[in-house]
Amino acid sequence: MTTETTGPTGLADAPPAPGTDLGLSRDDLLAMYGLMSVARAIDERMWVLNRAGKIPFVISGQGHEGAQVAIAYALRKGHDWMVPYYRSVASLLTFGMHPREIMVAQFARAVDPSSGGRQMPGHYGTAERNILSVSSPVATQVLHATGIAYAAKLRQTGQVAITYLGEGSSNQGDFHEALNFAGIHKLPVVFVVENNGYAISVPMNLQSAVEDIAVRGAGYAMPGIIADGSDVLACYQIGRDAIERARAGEGPTLIEAKVTRMTAHSSDDQQTKYRSVDEIEAMKGSDPLPRYRERLRAAGVLDDAGEQRIGEEARQVVEDATDWAEAQVDPDPITAQQHVYAAAPPARMDDSLWRSARFMGDGGPLHAEESDRS
Amino acid sequence: MTYIESIRETLREEMRRDETMIILGEDVGRKGGVFLATDGLFDEFGGDRVLDTPLSESMIVGASIGAAVNGLRPVPEIQFADFILPAFNQIVSEAARLRYRSNGAFACPITIRAPYGGGVHGALYHSQSVEAYFAHVPGLKVVIPSTPHDARGLLRSSIRDDDPVLYFEHKKLYRSVRGEVPDGDYTIPLGEAKVVRAGTAVTVIGYGLMVQYALEAAELLEPEGVSVEVVDVRTLRPLDGETMLGSVRKTGKAVVVYEDNRFGGFGAELAAIIAEEAFDDLDGPVVRVTGPDVPGVPYNHDLEEWFMPNPERIADAVRRLADY
Repeated sequence: MTTETTGPTGLADAPPAPGTDLGLSRDDLLAMYGLMSVARAIDERMWVLNRAGKIPFVISGQGHEGAQVAIAYALRKGHDWMVPYYRSVASLLTFGMHPREIMVAQFARAVDPSSGGRQMPGHYGTAERNILSVSSPVATQVLHATGIAYAAKLRQTGQVAITYLGEGSSNQGDFHEALNFAGIHKLPVVFVVENNGYAISVPMNLQSAVEDIAVRGAGYAMPGIIADGSDVLACYQIGRDAIERARAGEGPTLIEAKVTRMTAHSSDDQQTKYRSVDEIEAMKGSDPLPRYRERLRAAGVLDDAGEQRIGEEARQVVEDATDWAEAQVDPDPITAQQHVYAAAPPARMDDSLWRSARFMGDGGPLHAEESDRS
Repeated sequence: MTYIESIRETLREEMRRDETMIILGEDVGRKGGVFLATDGLFDEFGGDRVLDTPLSESMIVGASIGAAVNGLRPVPEIQFADFILPAFNQIVSEAARLRYRSNGAFACPITIRAPYGGGVHGALYHSQSVEAYFAHVPGLKVVIPSTPHDARGLLRSSIRDDDPVLYFEHKKLYRSVRGEVPDGDYTIPLGEAKVVRAGTAVTVIGYGLMVQYALEAAELLEPEGVSVEVVDVRTLRPLDGETMLGSVRKTGKAVVVYEDNRFGGFGAELAAIIAEEAFDDLDGPVVRVTGPDVPGVPYNHDLEEWFMPNPERIADAVRRLADY
């Protein structure tokens, strides 16, 4: 298979209504801009909350939003499956997750639909939206998406699974095993590698013997496509084509979105130890948000009033989500025992009445075997 | 019916009963598995439901997790328990934690079958006992049957269970043990041990092949007037502590038998529970009969014999404890 490079579609030759050739309406163009704006505003607020001491941890997606919104935009919400990773906020918003649900995970409150306050921020998922729960070991999810796609094919549901990972994760064995299996069975799955050039601190030249992760698609008989993550419409086209291809039974696609990580890896990382000030300054030029905004303005899709309105809406959404999330209650420690297993175990293995439990007293470990009793 | 016939027929019946069930693994299709545990299933159910996979254990389990999330009930086979380690991350970080980390939103109903155990000239990498790695992990269930009857009842319960189950089958039992297997749709609940031989002097506790050896040891000791009670753990997690403790409280003496390396083996947990919970009723130390602490079962016949616990060794330990 070939590796194709789809470059920026370019401002100079943009038609008056860009994206119409892709079937996108002006509302779609603005909706994508709105999603990117909300994702950015949520992300920026997370850092403020972290610096204010209100939330202990932030993992960020700034710089990835254009690729995330655009590649996911053609998915069918509530039908297809999204298997995200920890930088996927903009993808999740595009697939229907509510900003309140994102923000309540930062505060780890009881009503957090992703985990009930059990997981670190960034580990999102909701069953009713077909968004699979995220873990921290990287690339495990790539196999899950492949299995979801196998079930979709066997059950003939017409679903497409899309999964996301960083380029660092693409060096794990699970990535190889997943693409191989998906390639063998031509599964309806789209693999999206968001290549921001760093696995925490390790640069691309120490991560991969090849410059482009997309070329690895050839090893699994699937197209490997490079997308410029700052070119939103190019990303949309590549994502849409891959999703349609999967749905038509033509097999998986590997997309490598070249993006920029505009923040440190996380709130616990000091990126100036391994990135130069010049590099950090220069990457602002690849920020997808202003680039897409200027493109919409140049085409007359967005004017001052529209820009102001969308910006104000994003601010309001974040205000509402933050206020609401912060006001929610913390989970009761007793809930930490729940959902270890589907059902409470039979009474005969209830060890709470055993002698050793009495010696433990109130400070003893909560017996997982007693879960789901409350 | 043999132990492996019982497993094969149960797989066949469950696939007929539940069209969402799939089997996937290495050589499980046309070949019917290296031990023939899935023989004939490919012909009946087709290659989409009895799927030959690449040599990718992490994929076998990882894809099973995804398939389970999207409406299937996968029963993956790991060809030998020794080769389950590449899938350890998928089992422990993913399958075991999916329900907990999603606050109950997602389930992971998969049953991972794997042949384990020594005594079949399998050497270091076709003989291991790996149950302790997994029994340690909340969220997983671990099942090891010792008879054809239990193999069927426990496999039915495992497949129908909504949590991830590791179902380990002792290779030496596959064709060496025969037993009555009723036709009916019976199940054995996960989390119920069984007293498989009644006695009064010493309780021997084990699972898998070691239950058969414990029963042989009991036969050896009967002429000597040593009455042995044998408890088959059957489900390592969730553990039925009460059946084991009930027996030990009666006899006052306990021998825990496991084939795995002694140090930190699953039987160490059993010994700890007995020491904590039955202290007042004990008339002697809790004794372990186990494999030695070497990194594997050696190939040469004499070396393998040296490694494996056997009825004579169990009988020796019981005899000494009975005299304590």
